[in-house]
Amino acid sequence: MTNLTAELEQVVRKAQKVRRRLGQVRDQVVRDIYRRGQEITEQAVRIHRAKGDLDRKIDNIVTSRILGYPLMLALLSLVFWLTISGANLPSAILAEVLFGFQDRLTALCQWLGAPTWLHGVLVLGLYRGLAWVVSVMLPPMAIFFPLFTFLEDLGYLPRVAFNLDKLFKEAGAHGKQVLTMCMGFGCNAAGVIACRIIESPRERLIAILTNNFVPCNGRFPTLIAMAAVLMGAFVSGYNSLAVAAIVAGVVVFGILVTLLVSWALSKTLLKGIPSTFTLELPPYRLPKIGSLLIRSVLDRTLFVLTRAVAVAAPAGAVTWALANIYIGDISLIGHLAGWLQGFGHLIGLDGFIILAFILGLPANEIVVPILIMSYLSHGSMLELDSIAALRQLLISNGWTWLTTLNMMLFSLLHFPCATTLLTIRKETGSAKWTVLAALIPTGVAIAVCFLVTQIARAFGLV
Amino acid sequence: MDVAEFELTRLSIGCTAEVVRISAEGLTRNRLLDLGLVPSTIVEAVRKSPAGDPVAYKIRGAIIALRSEESRLITVRPVI
Repeated sequence: MTNLTAELEQVVRKAQKVRRRLGQVRDQVVRDIYRRGQEITEQAVRIHRAKGDLDRKIDNIVTSRILGYPLMLALLSLVFWLTISGANLPSAILAEVLFGFQDRLTALCQWLGAPTWLHGVLVLGLYRGLAWVVSVMLPPMAIFFPLFTFLEDLGYLPRVAFNLDKLFKEAGAHGKQVLTMCMGFGCNAAGVIACRIIESPRERLIAILTNNFVPCNGRFPTLIAMAAVLMGAFVSGYNSLAVAAIVAGVVVFGILVTLLVSWALSKTLLKGIPSTFTLELPPYRLPKIGSLLIRSVLDRTLFVLTRAVAVAAPAGAVTWALANIYIGDISLIGHLAGWLQGFGHLIGLDGFIILAFILGLPANEIVVPILIMSYLSHGSMLELDSIAALRQLLISNGWTWLTTLNMMLFSLLHFPCATTLLTIRKETGSAKWTVLAALIPTGVAIAVCFLVTQIARAFGLV
Repeated sequence: MDVAEFELTRLSIGCTAEVVRISAEGLTRNRLLDLGLVPSTIVEAVRKSPAGDPVAYKIRGAIIALRSEESRLITVRPVI
């Protein structure tokens, strides 16, 4: 036995010696490659000074001590404001056209003599869910994605990572997590895949587990709609700037939660010290507008919209069925919501909202449509083609500013959608981390909403 | 003449120095070598992040940000 140990030690020593010698060889190889590269560069490449100077001037501003952070916040708000104010009109037009077509469909069903339930499932369920998703999601996406792709192509995002890295280091995480979060704005599943750029497994897991705290495109319409409801109904007058500010505030809160949870994870489940960090700040490039539009509209917008539609249509039908199948005097949805009511009330929501989030597991886009359908099924029937109508509906269902705020917070923080969870399962190869990726955000969401609600109620603000 | 060597961390912004050696090991060493940080490479400290760390360096024409944990492992000397 001792013999074997001694022999093993000898082997290990020998291996270390070889490795050291190989290391020297490798150093020499790298050095030679770079020397040769430098020789070629000196002969062949001419450097334009002016371009580098301009980059320097831009960087002096966007990473400056005083302006760096405010500028990031301002840009974020600007993107939201452009998205929100630009999407208003197209959304209204789309809604008018699509909901107008619903009446035609109803007329067609009557003319064909279709049974009421069929008309309900197909038109009031499936079609209406679809119409809502398209009219509410398409315009913001068609504006948001190109804007974001523009910042990405411009080379601004690495500067954001550069500015924020210190915070992520303090949280025991990796600066490149910022880049994965930026991807998360588009889609959390894409953000989770983007975590591959982080080499260290520990920091990659942190980035994967917290990616969900960045609101994806499926949740933006919810946040925007809720901010708009909040502005008109409970705070004076609608103002698209104020709506953008609220959404930006929610996003910043999400970033704070990301940092806090990352910090907590690196102190508990994923102990360790931050690993190597190198980040290139590439030269600024003026994006090619044509290819930018094609990529952002075709690759991103249509991809996300197709997925949303594919999920929203069946979900609309299922929700309609749940709302129209009665046990006793109450619909199935009523029963389910009734069971969840106590818990919902505790965290400042209601049973229908919790149920909408649960039924919305396949895709976050359909949470609000499901909620609307379940409210409509047991209340007054009204045409829902504007934020004002939505506001009316919510208020008549007992919503206050606190409900609206909690709806935003819960949407921001709750469990990731099924696609993201499946992606996490694939990327981590572990059921344990996938379960935690659902449990941690849900726990945070419940805790935050509970605290906000209890504090607001204790101070008699509601 | 013996020129004073110091850690890259202490290079002031706007100043230039020459790499003497890298004391990092393993993955970190590979990453730094990949960036072209080999002995005799000229490095310029370009700018600090608003929070003070990381610092961006100009290395062979590219701007690369390094945390102080990494730049501490790189020994440089003033360019003569």
